[in-house]
Amino acid sequence: MHVPDGFINAPVSAAAGVVAAAAVAVSLRGARKELGGSPEAGGDRVAPLAGLVAAFVFAVQMLNFPVAAGTSGHLLGGALAAILVGPWTGVLCIAVVLLMQGVLFADGGLTALGVNITVMGVVTVVAAYAVFRGLRLVLPRTRGGVTAATFVAALVSVPAAAAAFTLVYAVGGTTDVPVGKVLTAMVGVHVLIGVGEAAITALTVGAVLAVRPDLVHGARGLTAPLKLRVGGELVDAAPAAPEAPAPKSPRKLWIGGVVTALVLAGVVSFYASASPDGLEKVAADQGIDAKADQYEHATADSPLADYGVEGVESARLSGGLAGVIGVGATLAVGTGAFWAVRRRRTENTGGARV
Amino acid sequence: MGAGHAHQLYRRGDSPVHGLPPHTKLVAVLGFVLVVVATPREAVWAFALYAALLGAVAARARVPAGFLLRRLAIEIPFVAFAVLMPFVVPGEQTSVLGVSLSVPGLWGAWNILAKGTLGVAASVLLAATTELRALILGLQRLGLPSPIVQIASFMIRYGDVITDEMRRMSVARRSRGFEARGVRHWGVLAKSAGALFIRSYERGERVHLAMVSRGYTGTMPLLDERPTTRAQWAAALALPLAALPICILGRTL
Amino acid sequence: MNTPSLEVSGLAYAYPDGHQALFGVDLTIGRGERVALLGPNGAGKTTLVLHLNGILTAGAGTVTVAGLPVGRKHMAEIRRKVGIVFQDPDDQLFMPTVREDVAFGPAAAGLRGAELDAVVERALEKVGMTGYADRPPHHLSFGQRRRVAVATVLAGEPEILVLDEPSSNLDPASRRELADVLRSLDVTVLMVTHDLPYALELCPRSLVLSEGVIAADGPTREILGDEELMNRHRLELPFGFVPGSVA
Repeated sequence: MHVPDGFINAPVSAAAGVVAAAAVAVSLRGARKELGGSPEAGGDRVAPLAGLVAAFVFAVQMLNFPVAAGTSGHLLGGALAAILVGPWTGVLCIAVVLLMQGVLFADGGLTALGVNITVMGVVTVVAAYAVFRGLRLVLPRTRGGVTAATFVAALVSVPAAAAAFTLVYAVGGTTDVPVGKVLTAMVGVHVLIGVGEAAITALTVGAVLAVRPDLVHGARGLTAPLKLRVGGELVDAAPAAPEAPAPKSPRKLWIGGVVTALVLAGVVSFYASASPDGLEKVAADQGIDAKADQYEHATADSPLADYGVEGVESARLSGGLAGVIGVGATLAVGTGAFWAVRRRRTENTGGARV
Repeated sequence: MGAGHAHQLYRRGDSPVHGLPPHTKLVAVLGFVLVVVATPREAVWAFALYAALLGAVAARARVPAGFLLRRLAIEIPFVAFAVLMPFVVPGEQTSVLGVSLSVPGLWGAWNILAKGTLGVAASVLLAATTELRALILGLQRLGLPSPIVQIASFMIRYGDVITDEMRRMSVARRSRGFEARGVRHWGVLAKSAGALFIRSYERGERVHLAMVSRGYTGTMPLLDERPTTRAQWAAALALPLAALPICILGRTL
Repeated sequence: MNTPSLEVSGLAYAYPDGHQALFGVDLTIGRGERVALLGPNGAGKTTLVLHLNGILTAGAGTVTVAGLPVGRKHMAEIRRKVGIVFQDPDDQLFMPTVREDVAFGPAAAGLRGAELDAVVERALEKVGMTGYADRPPHHLSFGQRRRVAVATVLAGEPEILVLDEPSSNLDPASRRELADVLRSLDVTVLMVTHDLPYALELCPRSLVLSEGVIAADGPTREILGDEELMNRHRLELPFGFVPGSVA
């Protein structure tokens, strides 16, 4: 579901671009932590590891899972990446995959790149990871617990992306469709797709867990206690040691990044939602009957937002609602990201390094 | 849900379009798409002219029409969305062959189809005339941050290697009489995907060692920095510059 | 007096998980020597190799390359002096084209322009791969990729060339071509291998690494001829191969 050009209007596309760029920038910093690498081994492992994971995501999206009667589905991979390599690297990898698909394979419009990265990269990964971490707190700390959490996380991530897309469309769609209906339809269909995604993701994570549990980012808590019992006193020290250097400054940096993203996104999407208000006024001036004229006036008056708002009622609805929804969605994504940062941080201080 | 993106679009050639520096082509395509998106949907004639412009570029690049049209199939999920619009969008109704359709819905569908198709066609032309590697270098010259360029380069370099590994696993599965037919077989496929992940990640670690062994410190040396001539920029930007007056005309008429 | 290319003394190393791989390795390799490092799986061969250019840091003992101690201080210099050719050429050839890959090391060291081109050209010539500079690595045959991998390392003009299983997965012709290349080089070579005939063909001297220490050091022919030693360290010659009978 790569959004093509001309689907979402210019201001919202630009706003999504800003959100996407900020998310990628923040993820780059986070990924450095996640992918680690000892300083004597040359430090920065982000490029080769994220590159290989991106290539993996790219390849695994081509793996067909037969459903029935000749139909088949394939992985979207956002949840899978988030759980296998962590949310930051996950966002980074999916973003690069989408960028490459847009530029190299004409898949997804160039002007819609921001929308695609925000919806399919950021929302999917953040939703999946937030649900995953939440469930891991509740579920037993076993392999089964991780697999179950993975299933639900992947299941939620797909309709979450569909809902996010609908919200983006409600704010910046080039044609007004009844948002409520579309939301119901989109989320409904994508829950079904999500079941497939969930099953495949959980099975895949389970397969990796069975062979190399140390490679599953989301299961890091699992390996630590195991090591303790086997290793005796020498290994006992390992989980305690990293507690001393609490990563203070990167945290500030991350928060700064998220806040900047929020502010920028807020400002731009306010601008975006302000445009329909302008249109609304035009529509009101013209009267309800003068529908046919609206287009011309709209194009003359508001160069950026000439796209159809075809009736006063729905214009008012979309104008008012859209602003709220747009900022709300951005806030949700931002808070989700922020929450993930905090979770990562606390995990980092207590967790074991692989 | 498309069925993967394995096919490379690049067509070897030595046309003038192939010869342009990649970053100028990227700017040109982006500029063109922006102009197209900014054109009001009612200016139907403008979209015909845009299509003609792309046709001219395709002719210069010696990209056959059939090739171009086949690649447009990537758009199909959104065609479905567009086809639904005249039925679900509220507003003034019109009757076509006895079926009642919404006028704004029809305009919306046209808008998506016209702009989406032109966007895809422009991107396909870009990808058909520019090598993968060159495109990444082009993005780098346009200021894409170095870490992203590096990740993208590795993705392209190892995309084939990993896809080949995946294919070999599939051959191995089928050689042992396994044919995935339905949901029952997902477990086996997922095991392959899991194994593929482990191999990819471990390869990433080995690649990192190989890089460090040869002096990698976090930055890639930028090679092959040939200056771009004004003529090359002019040739590349001819496309968006030709499209721009059409857009302006479309807005004012 | 000639400084040896490589000097390892008392090298011990345990992985962070506690597993100890090296238990005091001592070896010296003189300038221009070609030495084979033999040993069964799990003997610590790869671990030892990763110490030679400082990717792993010695728990105890020292590694010296051409008189320079391996350590943080001289890391860039050490990594240029020790050229490691890894087992899978796909790991080694990480750049999109052969030219960029061969240029990677020297470019990281600061070389640019015509000078860089000349170095790349020379390195490709040494391995007989001129004319392939602009090909993507995955379009080459396995043997060609292995030779390009050697070129990527030669481009850095190393003091010592370390090859990890250089003959693995090669067909007989590629194997011979690589042997010709290695013989023609004027550089110290340390070759880690299971391929005992290949060791005999290329390296006058062999070391046997077993259970984390050097268990034997001597002329390759003698070591391969010592049946008791070979059996003790799980080294087996191919069926029908008699070291003494090879000229």
